[in-house]
Amino acid sequence: MDVAQPTRLATPSSRRELPAILRALPLLSPSLLWLAVFYLVPLGILLLHSVWSTDTVNMVIVRQFTLSSYQSIATDPLFRDVALRTITMAVGVTLTDIVLAFPIAYLIAFRLGRLKTLAFMLVLVPLWSSYLIRAYAWKTILGLDGVLNSFLVAVHILSRPSPAFLYSNLAMFITFTHVWLPFMILPVYTALEKIPRSLLEAAGDLGAPGWRTFLHVVLPLSVPGIVAGAIATFSLTMGDYITPQLLGGPDSQLVGNVIASQFGVTFNWPLGAAFSAVVLVIVAVFLVLANRVGAAGTAR
Amino acid sequence: MMQAPLSPADRLGRGAVAAAGVLVYLFLYLPLVILVLFSFDTSTINGWPIAGWTLSWYQKIGLDDALLAALRNSLTVGLEAVSIAVVLGTLAALAIHRYRFPGREVFLFMATLPIVLPGVVTGIAMLLFFHFFNIDLSLTTVLIGHATFCIVVVLNNVLARLVRVPKELAEAAGDLGANALQTFWHVTLPSIRTAVLSGALLAFTLSFDEVVVTFFLTGRDNTLPMEIWGRLRIGFTPELNAIASLVIAVSVVLVIASQAALREQA
Repeated sequence: MDVAQPTRLATPSSRRELPAILRALPLLSPSLLWLAVFYLVPLGILLLHSVWSTDTVNMVIVRQFTLSSYQSIATDPLFRDVALRTITMAVGVTLTDIVLAFPIAYLIAFRLGRLKTLAFMLVLVPLWSSYLIRAYAWKTILGLDGVLNSFLVAVHILSRPSPAFLYSNLAMFITFTHVWLPFMILPVYTALEKIPRSLLEAAGDLGAPGWRTFLHVVLPLSVPGIVAGAIATFSLTMGDYITPQLLGGPDSQLVGNVIASQFGVTFNWPLGAAFSAVVLVIVAVFLVLANRVGAAGTAR
Repeated sequence: MMQAPLSPADRLGRGAVAAAGVLVYLFLYLPLVILVLFSFDTSTINGWPIAGWTLSWYQKIGLDDALLAALRNSLTVGLEAVSIAVVLGTLAALAIHRYRFPGREVFLFMATLPIVLPGVVTGIAMLLFFHFFNIDLSLTTVLIGHATFCIVVVLNNVLARLVRVPKELAEAAGDLGANALQTFWHVTLPSIRTAVLSGALLAFTLSFDEVVVTFFLTGRDNTLPMEIWGRLRIGFTPELNAIASLVIAVSVVLVIASQAALREQA
C-alpha cells in the first residue's frame, strides 16, 4: 500500500501529500453517501414529521410546525402505560437473557473441548432461523391445543386445557426471551473467550474456590459482552410489534404496535413519528447507561 | 484447566453449570423441534400426540405459487442487498483500518445505527423518506432498506479480520514494487476473503429473515417473511410448519458453511 514510502515506520497520517481523510475518501465515500442518503436523511424526515400534524378531516399531513403530537404523548395516559410496559418488558427480557446466556457462554468458553465448535454452531442455528417462525412456534406450544396444555392435561395437573398461556404478557415475555437469547450468548461468549486462562489458573492456585473465581475474575471481565448483548436485546424489544400481535393479549400493546398502527388504520403519521422520536430518546438513554456500566466494569 | 483436584463444592458447581447449560439449550431448541415434528403431522390441529405421519404439507409447498414467488423475491432482494453491502462494507472497512481520520468513530457509529436503533423506527423513517420524495414502494425500496443494515454486518466482519492480518504483508508487497491495486488483489483480498464470505452469509440470513423494517417498505410484491406474516395473521395452516422446517434446515446448512469458511482460514 505504501508504494511511495519505502520506510516501514511511516504511518499513513505522517504522509505529506494528502491528509488521511482525503486518502480515505475514495474507499469511504460509497458507504458514507449511502448511509447519509438512505439513513440519516430518513431520520431527519422522521423528526420533521414529528413536529407536523394531521388534518383528520381531509386526511392529509399539515406541514406546519406544532408540538401537538408531543403534547398528546405527554398527556395521554395510554401512551405512558404503553411506554412503561415496553420498558419493563425490555428490561425484564434483557435481565433474563443475561442469566440464561451465562451457562451456555461459560460452557463453550471454558468447559467444552472437542464439542466446542458444535455447541457454538448450536447457538447460531436458532439465530439464523427465522425470527417469525420461532415466535410462531411458541404459539403452537402455548395455545389451547398446544403442547403445554396437552402435556398438563395428560399428567393430570389440569383437568382441561387452559387458555391462560397464550395471548398474554407472559407469552410475549417467553417469546422475546427465546428469540433474542442468541444475541446475548454470542457477545458474552466472545468476552469470556478473551479472558486469559492464566488468570483463572492463578486464582485457583491462590486457593480461590470456583465460585469466587467466577465472581471476582470471570464476571467483571464479561461486562463488555453483557453490555453489548443488553443493547441488542433492549433495542430489539423496544422496536418489535410482531410478537405482541402474534402472542399478546388485549393489554399487551407495546410502543412498536402503537407506532405501527399510526401508519395503518389510524393514519396519523406525525403522531407515529413523534412516538418514534420518544423511543429514540429512551434507547439513547439506555445506550448511555449501558456504556457507563460497561466502562465502570472494565475500569475495575 | 486447573490442575489441583476439585473440591466437592467446585464439582457440584460445575455440575450445576452443565445442567443449567443443557436446560437452556433445551429452551432454545424445544420450539424448533416441535415445529419440525408437526410438519409431518397428518392432523390440521397442532395437538399432542401427533396423529399420524405424512409428507403432504411439503408437497403442498411445491404447488403454492404465491409462496414460491415470495421465495424468489426474497432470494433476489437478499442477493442484491448482500452484493451492495459486500462492496460498500469491505471498502469502508479498508478505509477505517488503514487511515486515522477525524470523524472515523462518528462514521462507525453511524454505520451501526441501522442495527442498533429499534426496527420500527428504522422502518417508518424510511417509509416517510420514500413517501416524502414520491417514490413508490416496491421490492427496490425493500432492497434499499436491507442493504442499509447489511453494510455494517460486512464492515464489522471484515474489520475484525483486518486487525489480525499482519501489516508487514502489505508493506512487503509495496517494498517489492507492487502498486496499491496489485497489493489489494494479491495480498489483502486473499487474507480477508473468508471474512467477507461469512459476513455476506450473515447479512443474507438477516435480509432473508427481516420483517419488522420490510413491513413498512413492501409494495405489491411480498418477500417470504411478509408472505408468512400475512398467513400467520389470517390463521393457522399446517403448511407453515413445513415452510418453517425448510427454513430451519437451510439455516443449519448456512451455519455449517460459514463455520467451515472461517475454519479454512484459521
